[in-house]
Amino acid sequence: MELLIKNGFVYDPINGVNGEKMDIAIRDGKIVEKVNEGKARKIDASGMVVMPGGVDIHCHIAGSEVNTGRLLRPEDHFKDFERKTSKTRSGVGYSVPSTFTTGYRYARMGYTTIMNPSMPPLEAKHTHEELSDTPMVDKATYPLLGDWWFVLEYLRDGKIEECARYVAWMMTTTKGYAIKIVNPGGSEAWGSGRNVSGIDDEVPYFGITPREILRGLCKVNKLLNLPHTIHVHTNNLGKPGNYLTALDTMKCVEDLVSEGKPSIHITHCQFCAYKGSDWKTLESGAEEIARYVNTRSHVTLDMGQVIFTDTTTMTADGPFQYTLYELTGNKWVNHDVETETTSGIVPFRYRRKSFVHAIQWSIGLELALLIKDPWKIFMTTDHPNGGPFIFYPRIIAWFMSRKAREATIKKINRRARSRSLLPSIDRELGFFEVAVMTRAGQAKVLGFKNKGHLGVGADADVALYNINPETTDPSKKYITLRKAFENAAYTIKGGRIVAKNGEVLEHVEGATMWLDVQVSDPIKITKEMKRRFKEYWTVEYENYPVTENYLKVSRPIIVKADV
Amino acid sequence: MISLYPLKEFRFPVMAECINPDIFQDKNREEIEGLKIWEGNKQKRLGELFKVEETGMKKKQEETITIHGNMGKVRRVGACMKNGEITIHGDAGMHLGEEMEGGKIIVHGNVGGWAGSMMKGGTIEIHGNASHYLGAPYRGSSRGLRGGRIIVHGNAGSEAGAYMKKGLIKIYGNTGQFAGFRMYNGTIFIQKDCEGRVGACMKNGKIIVAGFLKSVLPTFTLESIKKKVKIEENETAEGPFYRFLGDLTEKGKGKLYVRKDKNPHLSNYERFL
Repeated sequence: MELLIKNGFVYDPINGVNGEKMDIAIRDGKIVEKVNEGKARKIDASGMVVMPGGVDIHCHIAGSEVNTGRLLRPEDHFKDFERKTSKTRSGVGYSVPSTFTTGYRYARMGYTTIMNPSMPPLEAKHTHEELSDTPMVDKATYPLLGDWWFVLEYLRDGKIEECARYVAWMMTTTKGYAIKIVNPGGSEAWGSGRNVSGIDDEVPYFGITPREILRGLCKVNKLLNLPHTIHVHTNNLGKPGNYLTALDTMKCVEDLVSEGKPSIHITHCQFCAYKGSDWKTLESGAEEIARYVNTRSHVTLDMGQVIFTDTTTMTADGPFQYTLYELTGNKWVNHDVETETTSGIVPFRYRRKSFVHAIQWSIGLELALLIKDPWKIFMTTDHPNGGPFIFYPRIIAWFMSRKAREATIKKINRRARSRSLLPSIDRELGFFEVAVMTRAGQAKVLGFKNKGHLGVGADADVALYNINPETTDPSKKYITLRKAFENAAYTIKGGRIVAKNGEVLEHVEGATMWLDVQVSDPIKITKEMKRRFKEYWTVEYENYPVTENYLKVSRPIIVKADV
Repeated sequence: MISLYPLKEFRFPVMAECINPDIFQDKNREEIEGLKIWEGNKQKRLGELFKVEETGMKKKQEETITIHGNMGKVRRVGACMKNGEITIHGDAGMHLGEEMEGGKIIVHGNVGGWAGSMMKGGTIEIHGNASHYLGAPYRGSSRGLRGGRIIVHGNAGSEAGAYMKKGLIKIYGNTGQFAGFRMYNGTIFIQKDCEGRVGACMKNGKIIVAGFLKSVLPTFTLESIKKKVKIEENETAEGPFYRFLGDLTEKGKGKLYVRKDKNPHLSNYERFL
């Protein structure tokens, strides 16, 4: 099928296209130079913004954690449901929507690629079952490797190459995409009821520090030539004064850059940018983090913006979730995933009138606006931790309009208002920068070659938004802007029109991308390893790997490693 | 004033959130008959299920609705109502007055579960029995009663007033287990007997049991003996009452009053005074 998108204002940051009026031609799911104008189906995009399909670098949409969240929160679903239509399936959910609904809602906003972070390798099968059931978007998932006993043991013994071979095996076995590290060392310590308080604190029993884990896995990442960097959720997350830990984490891999590629991605940075000694004296550490990031090139961040709503927090950071439970007294789930990691879930409500929540809200936006280079900071809410992903258009409005920010600042806690840096920030982003922060930058740091841009050969994932950058001033008409981004005029996935003006037209399956890491000397499954499986895991080795036929649409990406 | 008569004995649940004085306000008979209503999995018009009669004053300040007949399968009557009055001569179904903010509902019959669920204001008066989860939130939710009054002249089921935050529940009959479960604040008054586990996990608030209570949870401590207890403005329950504090597992400061003369088996607590 051929498609021609005519006369749109194209924002394609990777190819340097900034709002030029252009035609985009699509044939067989790819972007091409040109198509036969007579035959092709034409979309009149005049007066519309054309961007590559959205890419979300960090969004919990599948896996045992998300599913437990669904079970834990029947009250999250009963007011937010979608009826089935002739094209789509029914579903429920607000902060933890069911898989189909997740896919449809992303498609309506013009998103086409989603990365699901934090998959405990033990729960890989479950995660992939749910990912396979998430339609409309291409997706991938990051296995949690920062507290895996094998990694800890090899790194303690200084066997980086051996560790790399095991990580490569795990990546392929669990069909993962990047190395995710959550509270390095802390999650393991939580198994014995403890935590680490900084990156130089020793992990009990293993005698290794978070710094060694981070540096070790960063080196492993480089040895294996993985497309993404290490994806790090820092220690001390969600504690006042933790911006220092975040800075330490960034600094500890400063020397490990190669060929200008970043070496670390700090995820949901808002949750680790707190200054102050306790919740009463909480302040924003965004300025310090922004100052550091502005002068370095080895680090990328995503926001983890807070939205004032009722949501469900879920991370693999067991001790943090326990703290959150103690703070709120809400119902909670906490789980120790054998040799690999921990996890926890606590429902949470962010309130405008709460001093702490208002400061959190402010920090996310401060980070996004104070970091000058949009290629270094990406838009996320760490769905559902900061808020559901359906609020992305609201964040875009806050980016692009000072007036939108002021309208919210007026309603927040008064003490937080006086401490917030936001009123002093005049910066308003343009469509080009928004395109970087919501798709191009994320695709680049994830190492996608065919996504996040509209160059010839790219996947035909395109989003059209019904807003005219020539006649509409987004800084004044932020509500129009928000509405345009809430329901994309057209969402094109793999060359097919899947959603139009907020209506899903077609149920399409997205591919699951995974890394086939090829090392020269792959590890053998020895008797010794099987013995360890018997001893450490509740699962036999034979039941552990996710085979390729487990994925509905499998898209392996071959990576040649240096070991 | 509008009168509704069910045209048949309902076999399937009817979702009737449209039976609400705020919605009926300023509507004539034809408009009311045209309101959408779900019976089972079929969407119907109100006029297909009920006979609608207009009586009395037409332009009244606040609409009043009177329903004559068995409404046991009709759910969500008066949901989210803010003004006006509903009187039901017969039974009422589940979720009566859910999230209601004002006005009054009177039922001359029994009601199903979750009556006054997530209520914020107004009054519900039930002259028959109430089922389980009286004034309790939706499953999983902690948004309990946040205001208003629920008065039951008969008995109530289990978990009455769970997660209650404010307001008053008065039950003149017996109750099931777990009355005031995870209560934050407010008052629950039980005139007769209570099955037990009263005030489990309560944080604050007041529960008064004027009848027999088999046992008090071990996480409550006896604090004192009071002659009488205030239920609300101008109303007190005459005692004497044992005053327990709890629930200590939740570091709660809730007060549980249990009538002394009806519960002689609790007298061994007195040695801790």
